[in-house]
Amino acid sequence: MGATFVGMPPFPKAAHAALADTQLRANLAHATRTIRDKRARVVGEVDDWEALRTKGARIKDETLAHLDDHLVRLEESLTARGAVVHWARDAVEACEIVARVARDHGVDEIVKVKSMATQEVELNEALAAQGISAWETDLAELIVQLGDDLPSHILVPAIHKNRAEIREIFRSRMGAAGRPAPDDLTDEPVELAAAARQHLREKFLRAKVAVSGANFAVAETGTLVVLESEGNGRMCLTLPEVLVSLVGIEKVVPTFEDLDVFLQLLPRSSTGERMNPYTSMWTGVTPGDGPQEVHVVLLDNGRTNVLADEVGRQALRCIRCSACLNACPVYERTGGHAYGSVYPGPIGAILTPLLKGVGHDAQVDSLPYASSLCGRCYEVCPVQIDIPSVLVHLRAKVVDAHRDGRPKGQDLAMRGAALLFGDGRRLAYAVKAGSLANRVVSVMSRRTLPGGRTAIGRIPGPGASAWTAARDLPAPPRESFRSWWTKTDGGRNEAP
Amino acid sequence: MKVALMLTCINDALFPETGKAAVRLLRRLGVDVDFPTAQTCCGQPMINTGYLDEAVPAVRQWVSAFQGYDAIVVPSGSCAGSVRHQHEIVARRSGDSALEEAVRETGPHAYELTEFLVDVLGVEDVGAYFPHRVTYHPTCHSLRMLGVGDRPTRLLRAVRGIRLVELPAAEECCGFGGTFAVKNAETSVAIGFDKVRHARATGAEVLVAGDNSCLMHLGGILSRELAGMRVMHLAEVLASTEAS
Repeated sequence: MGATFVGMPPFPKAAHAALADTQLRANLAHATRTIRDKRARVVGEVDDWEALRTKGARIKDETLAHLDDHLVRLEESLTARGAVVHWARDAVEACEIVARVARDHGVDEIVKVKSMATQEVELNEALAAQGISAWETDLAELIVQLGDDLPSHILVPAIHKNRAEIREIFRSRMGAAGRPAPDDLTDEPVELAAAARQHLREKFLRAKVAVSGANFAVAETGTLVVLESEGNGRMCLTLPEVLVSLVGIEKVVPTFEDLDVFLQLLPRSSTGERMNPYTSMWTGVTPGDGPQEVHVVLLDNGRTNVLADEVGRQALRCIRCSACLNACPVYERTGGHAYGSVYPGPIGAILTPLLKGVGHDAQVDSLPYASSLCGRCYEVCPVQIDIPSVLVHLRAKVVDAHRDGRPKGQDLAMRGAALLFGDGRRLAYAVKAGSLANRVVSVMSRRTLPGGRTAIGRIPGPGASAWTAARDLPAPPRESFRSWWTKTDGGRNEAP
Repeated sequence: MKVALMLTCINDALFPETGKAAVRLLRRLGVDVDFPTAQTCCGQPMINTGYLDEAVPAVRQWVSAFQGYDAIVVPSGSCAGSVRHQHEIVARRSGDSALEEAVRETGPHAYELTEFLVDVLGVEDVGAYFPHRVTYHPTCHSLRMLGVGDRPTRLLRAVRGIRLVELPAAEECCGFGGTFAVKNAETSVAIGFDKVRHARATGAEVLVAGDNSCLMHLGGILSRELAGMRVMHLAEVLASTEAS
């Protein structure tokens, strides 16, 4: 363990490495296409999918508008049912609360249900610093943990690995973490799953403390909900004596009835299933059944700042389904690691800058630009987060955060554009200069675009080289449209 | 009906043939189209790079050029999308309530070319003749920001002599993305190569779309590959006749 996103380079640089990784490209192209197609099929079966999306978005918005009330109600319900509620302002507080529970029970290991919130606060690393081992029990998280790797997808954290690579990780690393993989392990999925089952079962039976997140927290009943595919989460939620759940404050929904909407939206959007195999719900402590000590840590860690951002706050609707990752043309080529954050893909490109704030970390500031704004993420989002609009909003925040600094090339270019586009005549002169450039280029260039037009091949300089490294550029025409229009009276006096 | 052509800055400076084609096409359909020479740029390059203050003069200029027209025809889904969905953000940022009001008033008069042809003029057969094997890429902003749907392909199917072949994975982005194409050039190109691969698999001679910015990106790759396939704006296909 010890892999971390800290110190990752800005997106374009990280993407450069990812784009050259042919195995990664092949794994991602195959996996994203598969999930995308599955999702499209099961979403297509639902007659009122759009209405359902609207409903999901509305429930979240209404809840977020009165978040304080719903959270207090959740705390009351949980406390009434025997759970201990903690409030964590940030990652440090959250990790300390979990560590304290572990220390109180004298354990040096805990088992974990797959959880984004615990990754966000880097719980495993914080616990390790106190001599407590945190074992991931989700199959993909186990692969990532054993491989000393980082997750690259919200739902399918090992999406960047294929089964041959997973076999290698199991064979070489499982022994050091507990029960080793069988010597004759092949890369058949059934065998890989069996090896993981044997390995994990020992941990489930031994562990006294489990840590989870929650997909939803119902305020009126105090019920926490986890959706999963493997049943390993349920092992963690039911076998150990003590359960600690770290829950982002935006996970609250007012009533049990509200779950109805999200339990339809989430599985179809995430794994492309009508219903996920395991849905676990627990409400405080049930005497004689399951964990007898239940803690719930309600986590802010930047969420109230996101709530204060009028455009950005819709990101708090996110139910972590990953549909936007699978739909994204950028994610499909670069994978999740290039985003250098726990939340990758389009949602990560808005959530990370929103949670961390912009203007003080070049890596974070690069994320809102890691999108072609194609809009597919918005189209597939089950809670209608307009990710492209939030991306553009955040780009403006990044630019504004640096307005006091020394202007860079891009700043000057944009100021020039402002000057040029604020006046039709100024633009006409600039465009005339373009037709002058045509004469130069026509002489210099030996490239021709299909169809016969003169083209510009590779040229040096920032911007120009970025374009022309792999793409020709059409040379400016001899005559702009506006000169033609003026000269020919809109084509009326054109020579035939 | 007072109709203006909002050509877009990139078409003005780099693709005048698209503008001439749009004028020919609209005149053939009986529209006396005007080109207000005060027009510059919709401001999208600045807006989408985060420079809202720098976009204010462009939006102001846009309003003064196009205010008062019943229909503003744009041969670009992306620029039409910016006018209809982003100008309000810029106007709000300017703090000038008169500009906000003007943008709210004028913006809805902007129509992407195929919207204008199908919805306003009510035509699908524009009397074009284009005897080539063609595949059509529905650009993202036309498709998802404006929702032009199958208007472009309905128009193309009515063209005489055309052999329209379906583009695999048509709804996927081409990777252009405005300044994304330069700021994240490698990712942009990686996406573009896949689009070009799909286009080439159709065996078409001509890759058609409604946005010359996307086509500049794809055409640049096709040219570098010596692919034997050219790109062409939809307006130029629709403007073609037996005579041309």
